[in-house]
Amino acid sequence: MATIVIDGKTYEIPTGKNLLETCLTLGFDLPYFCWHPALGSVGACRQCAVKVYKDENDTRGRLVMSCMEAVTPNQRISISDPEAKAFREQVIEWLMTNHPHDCAVCDEGGSCHLQDMTVMTGHDYRRFRFKKRTHRNQYLGPFINHEMNRCIQCYRCVRFYKDYAGGKDLDVYASKSNVYFGREEDGILESEFSGNLAEVCPTGVFTDKTLKEHYTRKWDLTMSPSVCQHCSIGCNTVAGERYGTLRMIANRFHGQVNGYFLCDRGRFGYEFVNADKRIRQAWTGESVVSPEQLLNHMAPAWNQSKKVIGIGSPRASLQSNFALKALVGADNFYHGVSDNEHDLADLAIRIFREGSVRTPSTREVEKADAVFILGEDITNTAPILALAVRQAVRHEPGKAADAVHIPGWHDAARREMAQQSKGPLFVTSVHTTKLDELARDVYRAAPDDIARLGFAVAHRLDPQVPDATDLPEAVAQLADRIAQALLAAERPVIISGACCESGCVMKAAANVAWALQKKKQQTGLVLTMLECNSLGLAMMGGHRLHAAFNAVMNGHADTVIVMENDLYRHGKADEVDAFLSKCQRVIVLDHLLHKTVSKASVIIPAGTFAESDGTLVNNEGRAQRFFQAYEPTDIIRESWRWLLTLGHRIGNSRMAPWQNFEDVTLAMDREEPLLRGVAGVTPPSAFRIAGQRIARETHRYSGRTSQQANINVSEPKPPEDPDSPLSYTMEGFHGQPPSSLIPYFWAPGWNSVQSVNKYQAEVGGSLRDDDPGVRLLEPRTEGTLPYFVGVPERFRPLDDHLWIVSLHHIFGSEELSAHAPSVAQRVPQPYILLHPSDAAALGVETGHPLVFTIESQSYRLPVKLSDVLPVGIAGMPYGIDGVPYADLPEWAIVPRGNQRQNLNDLSYAKRHA
Amino acid sequence: MWLTFLHMFRKRVTIQYPEEKAKLPPRWRGRIVLTRDPDMGERCVGCYLCAAACPVDCISLQATEDENGRRYPEFFRINFSRCIFCGFCEEACPTYAIQLIPDFEMAEYNRQNLVYEKKDLLIDSQGKYPGYNYYKVAGLAIGGKDKGQAENEDVPVDIRSLVP
Ligand code: SF4
Ligand code: SF4
Ligand code: SF4
Ligand code: SF4
Ligand code: FES
Repeated sequence: MATIVIDGKTYEIPTGKNLLETCLTLGFDLPYFCWHPALGSVGACRQCAVKVYKDENDTRGRLVMSCMEAVTPNQRISISDPEAKAFREQVIEWLMTNHPHDCAVCDEGGSCHLQDMTVMTGHDYRRFRFKKRTHRNQYLGPFINHEMNRCIQCYRCVRFYKDYAGGKDLDVYASKSNVYFGREEDGILESEFSGNLAEVCPTGVFTDKTLKEHYTRKWDLTMSPSVCQHCSIGCNTVAGERYGTLRMIANRFHGQVNGYFLCDRGRFGYEFVNADKRIRQAWTGESVVSPEQLLNHMAPAWNQSKKVIGIGSPRASLQSNFALKALVGADNFYHGVSDNEHDLADLAIRIFREGSVRTPSTREVEKADAVFILGEDITNTAPILALAVRQAVRHEPGKAADAVHIPGWHDAARREMAQQSKGPLFVTSVHTTKLDELARDVYRAAPDDIARLGFAVAHRLDPQVPDATDLPEAVAQLADRIAQALLAAERPVIISGACCESGCVMKAAANVAWALQKKKQQTGLVLTMLECNSLGLAMMGGHRLHAAFNAVMNGHADTVIVMENDLYRHGKADEVDAFLSKCQRVIVLDHLLHKTVSKASVIIPAGTFAESDGTLVNNEGRAQRFFQAYEPTDIIRESWRWLLTLGHRIGNSRMAPWQNFEDVTLAMDREEPLLRGVAGVTPPSAFRIAGQRIARETHRYSGRTSQQANINVSEPKPPEDPDSPLSYTMEGFHGQPPSSLIPYFWAPGWNSVQSVNKYQAEVGGSLRDDDPGVRLLEPRTEGTLPYFVGVPERFRPLDDHLWIVSLHHIFGSEELSAHAPSVAQRVPQPYILLHPSDAAALGVETGHPLVFTIESQSYRLPVKLSDVLPVGIAGMPYGIDGVPYADLPEWAIVPRGNQRQNLNDLSYAKRHA
Repeated sequence: MWLTFLHMFRKRVTIQYPEEKAKLPPRWRGRIVLTRDPDMGERCVGCYLCAAACPVDCISLQATEDENGRRYPEFFRINFSRCIFCGFCEEACPTYAIQLIPDFEMAEYNRQNLVYEKKDLLIDSQGKYPGYNYYKVAGLAIGGKDKGQAENEDVPVDIRSLVP
């Protein structure tokens, strides 16, 4: 702590920050452009000038850029000094000389940092009489719109895209006031994080193209705190609705989970909510029915059934799964995931609950100084985690900068000093990953071999761990290097997960972390999961999917409720077919049409995350609540609400006292031992601030007496929300609510997302009253699990066989986001990836169809080649349309002779050439 | 009494409405219309500023774009049963699209008929502000106006040029 004097008043402030951050933390409005709390300072825009005085006798002072000046004790500065103010106004005036007259047609308008800063400095009249320079725009793909005229040359975009996120295809061209930010030529932005440009760019150069399709100003959205549903990280989002459709997803700052950024899957995947494939009506058999008819149909059917079983879902909320479990009874509740996935989630919980190592948050991963990734391609399975790892590798080179007292925020200087050097990162995977470029060592091998390397590393850290015998010399040396690097670090992090679908890899990762923990207290272990609530579902307990199949096939049960789950994504097609056709009644509750829905006898329209309240548990074991963004119109309701209604109708005594969201949550908190504490994630629904609910709509919300006037000129009563302390109107509290209830970021004079500064106790730090969510899994200090034993055998290729592993794609592998039209444009075509020598042995080439079978399921996929894939292994895209499910990894039988004959089918080869 | 008597010989201010119409100044705030620019293109660009300015929130619209990037409202609705004719929308409008005109004869027996859609609002005239064409000053390229062709604009920069 130090004291500084700002405009004659004394303030207590923490040291180690720059003046700009300090002034913002203290609540001053100081304009800036190029500084960003996550990107640091470069001093490019000259907007943040303040006066610094030598001592109390200095009356003239000197102008400095506050973002480039460290705070020093007893410093005297002035923000309101006339010269400083005039300077700031002048800078904006210069920036505006070429600015187009675009605000009315600019998507940034109303949430534009440039507008805010212009108003803040007081510049209001254009005196410049010469011509404006103009630029041509580029096509940047389905996510981002480009309007280069609006650029103010702050360089934030390239600093984020290239320096922070590691993108290669966005750069700055030309010189002086002509500088151009774009790609070398038109084309799709390749980075998985390109969507953040829309928030990082302080102007309307880069904007959200999907929002443009149904454009709504920020002030007109009904916004709710939400949680991304597209991977296990659970980034916090703001979901915005207008006229009954979801219009946008924006980042909701969370100091531990996602910071300031989202990945493109999370930002643009939302449009499945508005998709044509949505189920908007209830069906029994062939006919559309009303809710009442539906219940009238279901209640007697329920009583006639021998037994009803329920299949839950890793993409449904805890409440929905819990309601299903309560409805059918714990004995009849099954997890709707493959047996392998089931085991992996259980294993993860065991490792976290009974092991000694803590699982760090994404923000903590960012601070790691050594990272060892086992088997996961996190750029595709947990993208924000990959972004964190990209920051982690900067720590070790940063130590040199620390030594010469270059502070952490001094971005340009630190990068200059570090040059290309990177901290220790070791990537092991089956195929290339985007993080390979940063890695000190890359090891590509079969999952079993990756696990063997893990065991070897763990053995080197603690000889109690069984070693992998007869490792090749190179791998043994690699294990030595990894062990040494991990031991040299202060905060090492081990990353693995369920997406490489191998229990032994996860066990090896746990062994490494546990062995390391004995020497390094601050070791972390991150395990990614396959879906947004995989961990939550596993913590609830329930049987395997195969047991559900058996229950019906053996005649113990005849009716099944499948909730928010496409069984064809988790079970083999022939088994699911047999199961569904054996069932007397198949009741499906979901929001999108899929193959399981097409086999249903009763279809119940469920709400998506935007139309629901619920809680998810992310891969860190953090329970997070998402709120309904809007009341769905038709008869769409949350799954848990449907199940509750049904439970009441059939006289389920356990569910009888539950009326709303809170009742279900409290019951779950009481009854599920692993989920104790979930009710405390947000304040109760009766929570009020000064007697008011928290408004989902801004005070500038427009059109409420007109938007439905075409239907009826008398406005309907706004919907009431029985499940949360938020209101659906503009009436209510507009200040800063508790952090878990922030529907949007706004502060007077700060209309853009930069207003998040005002919500943080310290700029760049956590939200006031701490970041939302409750961590449910903490490690044990004693009686921890012993090391896992059972080192797998070395992987050996088999003749006429290929060991098939899943390859994940950020766009396509996740079910829901793939239905968003923008994301759908980025989904790869089905393929089978082979090593050239395997392809040669089979006599196939790129584009040829390869025919093979995995456990009676036959495939015919066009071949792609990759010489980095281990021989004997083939990669198949996970979860993509046209690639039927198989419980991978598994051996595929590839009859060698057959392939020639396939080639004769020329039309096929041509189609896929 | 005397005064009253004198008034009998004054010019009458009362006019025989509705047979005789009142003469209203052009800035009189009556029925709201959406006007067109000098090229007869729709002036409204769907910026939502009028809707935000409206104190009774009786304007709602949805912006959309034609294939050449020109923005216009997909629908534009004013609920005149709520409108207080304050003129804030006109003041907020950056394109002179929305204007209040000297016409107040809008009475209806059925309140629903006071909901005006774009087809009821859009007129084939520039209204009170002739000559202004927003897209001629804005930097956005639209059909018929490329980058660099707006008022006071230079031709687009050749970013591959090395000339200083
Ligand atoms: S970037 Fe901001 S200031 Fe510039 S046109 Fe867009 S809204 Fe207006
Ligand atoms: S495009 Fe945006 S972020 Fe990039 S330099 Fe221009 S204004 Fe800054
Ligand atoms: S998909 Fe995952 S990483 Fe991406 S925004 Fe959603 S939760 Fe975050
Ligand atoms: S303010 Fe003018 S341009 Fe903007 S939406 Fe209203 S009428 Fe259209
Ligand atoms: S914010 Fe300080 S110079 Fe740009």
